[in-house]
Amino acid sequence: MPDLIPISSPGAAPADWLAGWRTGPAATASETPEWLQSARSAAAGNFERMGLPSRRVEDWRYTSLASLAEQNLDWSPPSVDVTRESLPALVFGREADCRLVLVNGEVRPNLSSIPNLGDGVVLTSLSNALGEDDDRVLRFLRQRLAEDGSSLKILNDSWLLDGYVLIVPDDTTIDMPIEILSVGTGGVRPPAYQPRNLVIAGRRSHVTIVEYHIGLCIGSYFANIVTDIDVGPEAIVRHCKVQDESKEAIHLALYSARLDSSAQLDSFSFTLGSRISRNELRVRLEGLGAYCRLNGAYLVRENQHCDHTSVVSHASPETSSDQLYKGVLDGQASGVYQGKVVVHADAQKVEAHQMSRALLLSETSEVSTKPELKIHADDVQCSHGATAGELDAEALFYLRSRGIPEIRARQLLVEAFLNEAIDAVALAGMRLPLEQNVVRWMAERSGP
Amino acid sequence: MIEIKNLHAAVDGMPILKGLDLTIASGEVHAIMGPNGAGKSTLSYVLSGREGYQVTDGTVAFKGQNLLELEPEQRAAAGLFLAFQYPVEIPGVTNMTFLKHALNSVRIQRGAAELDAMEFLKLVRAKTKELGMSDDMLKRAVNIGFSGGEKKRNEILQMAVLEPTFAVLDETDSGLDIDALKIVAEGVNALRCRERSMLVITHYQRLLDYIVPDHVHVLAAGRIVTSGDKELALHLEEEGYAAFAERAAA
Ligand SMILES: Nc1ncnc2c1ncn2[C@@H]1O[C@H](COP(=O)(O)OP(=O)(O)OP(=O)(O)O)[C@@H](O)[C@H]1O
Ligand SMILES: [Mg+2]
Repeated sequence: MPDLIPISSPGAAPADWLAGWRTGPAATASETPEWLQSARSAAAGNFERMGLPSRRVEDWRYTSLASLAEQNLDWSPPSVDVTRESLPALVFGREADCRLVLVNGEVRPNLSSIPNLGDGVVLTSLSNALGEDDDRVLRFLRQRLAEDGSSLKILNDSWLLDGYVLIVPDDTTIDMPIEILSVGTGGVRPPAYQPRNLVIAGRRSHVTIVEYHIGLCIGSYFANIVTDIDVGPEAIVRHCKVQDESKEAIHLALYSARLDSSAQLDSFSFTLGSRISRNELRVRLEGLGAYCRLNGAYLVRENQHCDHTSVVSHASPETSSDQLYKGVLDGQASGVYQGKVVVHADAQKVEAHQMSRALLLSETSEVSTKPELKIHADDVQCSHGATAGELDAEALFYLRSRGIPEIRARQLLVEAFLNEAIDAVALAGMRLPLEQNVVRWMAERSGP
Repeated sequence: MIEIKNLHAAVDGMPILKGLDLTIASGEVHAIMGPNGAGKSTLSYVLSGREGYQVTDGTVAFKGQNLLELEPEQRAAAGLFLAFQYPVEIPGVTNMTFLKHALNSVRIQRGAAELDAMEFLKLVRAKTKELGMSDDMLKRAVNIGFSGGEKKRNEILQMAVLEPTFAVLDETDSGLDIDALKIVAEGVNALRCRERSMLVITHYQRLLDYIVPDHVHVLAAGRIVTSGDKELALHLEEEGYAAFAERAAA
């Protein structure tokens, strides 16, 4: 068990929750290149105008961020002294050969272990990459900054201090999974942090990224994470995210990916933590034959709120996407799945499927689902579906009639329910630890 | 083994069993026949403790215990087994996992040691083979995509693995082809012994050629209306329930 870094409660609502943000990087004249500074301040100006998304904004209808503005956030938290020993050496039972550690959004080289990943492969911090004027990074970042987005993306644009950067050159396969361990800590006030991560996978490259987001505290903090991903022609990026933040944390993550021709993105997210979490995937299938698979499984209880939002744009012919999200909700927990699929006018022979299934273990848990299809081509196969229900009483009785105690029978059925999503995880070594977490989660339940 | 006295049970407030008496001694095989809707499956569910089946009167003593106050899993551990008329499909749980959890749960409750993976595999492979089932069926999700006959065989496999002392077979013969019927009957007969009793619910006399019962009962309108030996089944087959009931009433 890592040391718990104690944290005070969010405290009384501040008069101006953005006070600390206003004096952040966008306002500080520093040695950073001028383009970067002007990008930050332009974004800051935009965010001032937009503010946090209210529930009147269509995309945010089911998720309220009102509680965020009631926290006395520390936007520039002091660097917390985390030791290697306090980090879980084995996250989910896996020993990492390659691990990059961020603490409150800041890359910590002294806590990371990065072996030689091959010629031309870059795994570093954003601050480092900006300092070195890496041309690929600068071009990519400027491109992404120019794009508009939700006000949280804009909020992140206004910060741009650190994050991780991964560049995989053309024709390069990295066999070892790249582990990103993002740690949130407490502080006297709840820290706010906004890493900006960049992943550039070159033509025909292969890479697997495993992200863990954990809390080294039991208190609250706010993570507003943006990850920009570019998948080159015929490249394959596998991304597996485990979010087990503190139960008081607010975790908002946006993954914005562009896929070139015949590129593949395989994304899986596993959610256990956070008071409020949102995993937003925006995928543009730009090249002919690009494919993405977006899967997720979540287990939430008490007053947790878990939002999965995806927007998949099929901009080229013969592109396809598959989505499967499975959630188990207990207590007063709420879940959201919003899946939007856009098929552009000349994008023929497109396939897009989405499915969301929720298992409600309590009468007070709920799930909201909203599929949205905008199809401007005619030769298209699309499907969507959503189910929400309780455990199958007949199956439960069948198991019990064979001697399996009720609690174990429920566990088995919940595991079976989630395994459909977990089985799709491309990284075989991840499956068992994920399944074990399901077992643990069920074991922590008090009642039937 | 089991003593059912004046059993009254209702489903959704509707009375189905209306004063059923049945006593089965150790080592005996009893058969129950009776028209559709008579309450045969209801009896089997009441015995195994299914939710929604309210016992409104009567008692059931199983090996001296009050069966009705036990949870379904405790009944299984005590040695009761029900082969379902309609076996349930469980997506995502393999037959192997299911059987392993069932056997080890029952063993723990019976105070025996759990079997490890190797021991279990050996045992289940042997039973699977005896019942003419392929190993492939162990890897598949419980009853998913199984044919009607395969589902029934799967019930018998579970029975063979759990080795109950009292088994209720609810129409295990329906849906079986002739060869499968023989295999299933052999599986059942292999379990017959002085310490084990069975209640075989069926519509067809044919099954009773293979599993020869000690007693045959007719259940109609929630009660046992006639009892006899295996000859009774032959009469029923010839006459049908309606004529039989008429003659019995006369
Ligand atoms: N859940 C239920 N709700 C209402 N009625 C029910 C329910 N379950 C059973 N019944 C009724 O109880 C009666 C007895 O049903 P049961 O299944 O025990 O008959 P059975 O003797 O097994 O018939 P079969 O030979 O067709 O299998 C039937 O009339 C049936 O419709
Ligand atoms: Mg029946």
